Amino acid sequence: MKKRLATLAVAAVMAAGPVMADLVFPSLSYRTGPYAAGGIPFADGYADYFTLLNERDGGIGGVMTRVIECETAYNTEKGTECYERTKGEGALVYQPLSTGITYQLIPKTAADGIPLHTMGYGRTSAANGKVFSNVFNYPANYWDGASIAINYLLDQNGGDLSGKKIALVYHNSAYGKEPIRTLNELSNKHGYELLEIAVDHPGQEQKSQWLRIRRERPDYVLMWGWGVMNPVAIQEAANIGFPMENFIGVWWSGSENDVLPAGADADGYKALNMHNVGDDFPIFEDIQQYVVDTGKAAGAGDQIGTVLYNRGLYAAMLAAEAARTAQEIHGVGDITPAQMRDGMEALVMTEERMTELGMPNFGPEFSVSCENHGGSGQGKVQQWNASAGEWEILTDWITSDKEVIMPLVMEDSEAFAAENNIEMRCN
Amino acid sequence: MFYREAGDFKTSYVDDSQTFPISFDRYRYYFVLFVAFALLPFMVDDYWASQILGPFLVFSIAAIGLNILTGYCGQVSLGTGAFMAVGAYSCYKLMTGVDIWYPAVCDGSRILFFWCSGRAEYQIWFQLPEINILLSILLSGFITALVGVFFGLPSLRIKGFYLAVATLAAQFFLIWLFNSASWFYNFSATGQITAPDTFVAGVQVTGAETQPWALYMVCLVFAFGCAWMARNLTRGSIGRRWMAIRDMDIAAEIIGVNPLKAKLTAFAVSSFFIGIAGALFFAVVSGTAEAGDVFGIQTSFEILFMIIIGGLGSIFGSFAGAAFIVILPVALRVIGTEMFGWPSEIVEHFQFVIVGALIIMFLIVEPHGLARLWQLAKEKLRLWPFPY
Repeated sequence: MKKRLATLAVAAVMAAGPVMADLVFPSLSYRTGPYAAGGIPFADGYADYFTLLNERDGGIGGVMTRVIECETAYNTEKGTECYERTKGEGALVYQPLSTGITYQLIPKTAADGIPLHTMGYGRTSAANGKVFSNVFNYPANYWDGASIAINYLLDQNGGDLSGKKIALVYHNSAYGKEPIRTLNELSNKHGYELLEIAVDHPGQEQKSQWLRIRRERPDYVLMWGWGVMNPVAIQEAANIGFPMENFIGVWWSGSENDVLPAGADADGYKALNMHNVGDDFPIFEDIQQYVVDTGKAAGAGDQIGTVLYNRGLYAAMLAAEAARTAQEIHGVGDITPAQMRDGMEALVMTEERMTELGMPNFGPEFSVSCENHGGSGQGKVQQWNASAGEWEILTDWITSDKEVIMPLVMEDSEAFAAENNIEMRCN
Repeated sequence: MFYREAGDFKTSYVDDSQTFPISFDRYRYYFVLFVAFALLPFMVDDYWASQILGPFLVFSIAAIGLNILTGYCGQVSLGTGAFMAVGAYSCYKLMTGVDIWYPAVCDGSRILFFWCSGRAEYQIWFQLPEINILLSILLSGFITALVGVFFGLPSLRIKGFYLAVATLAAQFFLIWLFNSASWFYNFSATGQITAPDTFVAGVQVTGAETQPWALYMVCLVFAFGCAWMARNLTRGSIGRRWMAIRDMDIAAEIIGVNPLKAKLTAFAVSSFFIGIAGALFFAVVSGTAEAGDVFGIQTSFEILFMIIIGGLGSIFGSFAGAAFIVILPVALRVIGTEMFGWPSEIVEHFQFVIVGALIIMFLIVEPHGLARLWQLAKEKLRLWPFPY
């Protein structure tokens, strides 16, 4: 823990928040910049769920929630500035929605004792709770995603991918580079050839990459893209006549914003997902009644039911459930970040609980433990239907190949532990 | 009245040629140093050290570096961000121990020992021990100076916009290199570099547990050292040569200034400072970095704005410009969200508008930057209260 020697004037102004007890959930959102198309629906869903809890149930366990939004523009410097500015307000958990910011925050949150939840992004090896006490990446991570995509392709090809050529189009950053290691391991196991094609930030120009795909003629293209890179890639794929059903994006490349610009050409494009799509869940009636009709919807209120809105909602639901678990464990309403961490580590998501919350079969069933911070590692494959203008779920939950992933997680996390002199927990 | 040279008698040449010949100036300078070294370390908290003062000092060093090249020697550069990346990545390699690899098994012919034409298995040939962090930062400066001289070679043939384009090539090439050659980021899965915990005399200076005052003091010592060095370089014979080249290179050559030496020393010294800034920013201030994210073209432009707004050819201007560009957006965000309670995206958009408008206003009202405003204020003070 760090101590503060003294506080200067502005910092004092900032720290002087409301004195009443509340549960603070900072939202490091990005509603500006080249990644805003993904940041806005997520931030709206995240905020709306907490608004719903406040309006309908009077908060969590009788304690009101408060969401502090801070704009990061998907920029790591602004992200850490947001973290430093908001952490003093009793922030319970950070969800930066950016792998770059996550890497900045992992050491900082460990020093400050605040949990970090990176749902389906961030540092994959944080799934090893023995090393990363404060970081959680349930229900699934990038390496799960890579493996789920390969498992799906195996399923399509009768269990054999040998001799196939699979291209990975990735955002040339920490985020996009994450799956390469797993895909390489899996290519050794299944005998496909991996073609790595990097796209530099922000990804508005991808002519040369898709020219290369046209020349190399891969059987499948996987994409690890985000922001403006996604619609451009889908448009380019359509331009070179690449069959859309052989083009699979990770869960960050599978929202309405990514496929709509390409119009009918995007029909058949597939993407992974870690939760269900659509607004056909009982909770959306409550959102309409308590949030939208009372005029308290976040943002413009036009994102409800989109893929990334649902993801924000799901992230908020998991955070709220963890807070509730923490309240039960410690028997207090106004929990601290350390207690929140205990709640996250004891989180159990069952079908009954999700049905109670009005979100039946919304996400996978999983439980978190001291050793496993990564959840079940399951995902679905969805396909875009351009004429109906909606995503259709193609498969049930696909489990990732833990045999390949767990040794990689162990190797990477143990290297991190050795580098930073971290003692193993959970013994 | 307060601010005047009348009555301030000098009795030796040393006194006469000191940096601040006017006593009021000198006392003010001592006062600033006193506040910076003796008061602020006891007052900074995490937020101030890592988000405001740390970046301000680091970007001041970078701005001093670019100011030497552009403001004093007249060579335009758009590669500042990439040179900062050179500093950051050299610092990372030095502080984690430089590893040199060679092909132990080579399936094909060996060319020049390190190069294998076929498939090869590489092994570590030798690994340097981890170097002390402060020494690493200094050495990164020297490495960046070498890289800077290399990319400065075209300046002997081309000038102005054409040179800017040549340095732009450096920007894109170096960032591409750090993003694709995995040796630079120690083969990590993500391409991120993370500074390990390091200690100086038992005090932690890098890593998450660093005390805010330690972070601040490291940045301050380097910023003070760099500014002091730059100030003395620029008022000595080297600085005069740079300025002669800037004002008219042909005339400078005729009076005996060697343009090759002058331009390349400017590139070397400038890159040295920029490299130190990059190393400090990565290791001490932010802790982790990724080449394309932190040291991209936008950083090059930001530093160029700093010296234009602060004042070309002025050390004070470098500090003023860095303060303007680093602190103003943060201040606007805090004022917008905390005091007025506006939605964060509105504040973000307003910030672009306000900072942009202020930059345009400054350039119209005072094209010579904040340094000139400061100079005008000093002249007004000299005449006060009896202006004529």
